[in-house]
Amino acid sequence: MHELSIAQNIIEIVQDHLPEDQKYSVKTVRVKIGKLTNILPDSLVFSFDALTRETNLNGASLEIEHLPLTIECGDCGLQSSGNEFIFACPECGSTSIKIVSGNELMVTEIELND
Amino acid sequence: MSVLTIERKVLEKNDIIAAANRKLLQSHNLYSINLVSSPGSGKTSLVERTIAACQNKIRIGVIEGDIQTDLDARRVDALGVAVVQIVTHGACHLEAALIGDSLKQLDLPHLELLIIENVGNLVCPSGYDLGENVKVVVVSTTEGDDKPLKYPAMFRNASALIINKIDLLPYLNSSVDDMEKNALSINPALRVFRTSCTSGEGIEEWCEWLQSQISKK
Repeated sequence: MHELSIAQNIIEIVQDHLPEDQKYSVKTVRVKIGKLTNILPDSLVFSFDALTRETNLNGASLEIEHLPLTIECGDCGLQSSGNEFIFACPECGSTSIKIVSGNELMVTEIELND
Repeated sequence: MSVLTIERKVLEKNDIIAAANRKLLQSHNLYSINLVSSPGSGKTSLVERTIAACQNKIRIGVIEGDIQTDLDARRVDALGVAVVQIVTHGACHLEAALIGDSLKQLDLPHLELLIIENVGNLVCPSGYDLGENVKVVVVSTTEGDDKPLKYPAMFRNASALIINKIDLLPYLNSSVDDMEKNALSINPALRVFRTSCTSGEGIEEWCEWLQSQISKK
């Protein structure tokens, strides 16, 4: 996956939300990344650090919350999570499943240095 | 220490444009497929074969996506079909904005089927909504029966699978049944086709499905 352009999108979203009229310094940017997005965390952090160097976000760290693949069985109702790509219910074996979580790619919070 | 709650999708800009593309296509009753695969699976040959088999029944328009050259668009153009070539100059996937621009170059009211041939890549295109009706994933018989297991996100997000180059089976150690089984284990709802763009086998069934999708919408 092209982590550099994803990092660029994250930075643009952060810039959008920073108050214009005040001086600020960003301590942490928190993101949620689901297993199905194929994004490599180390590569994303590397890209984020490279792009924010010598900008107003210099020094901000990118914190990633990894979300596993969570599925819900349409037959027995069981919700199960894991880091494997299994699209069948571990309890009853049904393939009639719905993906509850695992596709997320979101900026959730910005923590500022006060 | 202030914490600002954001809750914004990283790819929201793409999603907004994709939604606009979708609305525009729907307003013209234009059915669209996003054709994805690894490089070399036979997407462009499939587009050529689809045009040859269907164009007297369906009015087709094509958007071609490549990192370099307009070679694919020229192949489509030679068949007398409206085509727009997107050259990404390095981007490994198409994005909604590029499609939005391309739609302006096509006579949308006169088209019934839009085929978007994505850049050859089984990873990145799965994350980028273009505004299409369905993703169709193409795998050729030379790529290994376990291909679907290696690219679960793409197979999960697709509605149809075309197993191409079935004419090569006598020379290969591959099992189309195993490939299909692997694909269905990731996504049991996949509609599977087996084709050869060399012999033409399976193309008619694929075209019939396209026609039924167009008339259903």
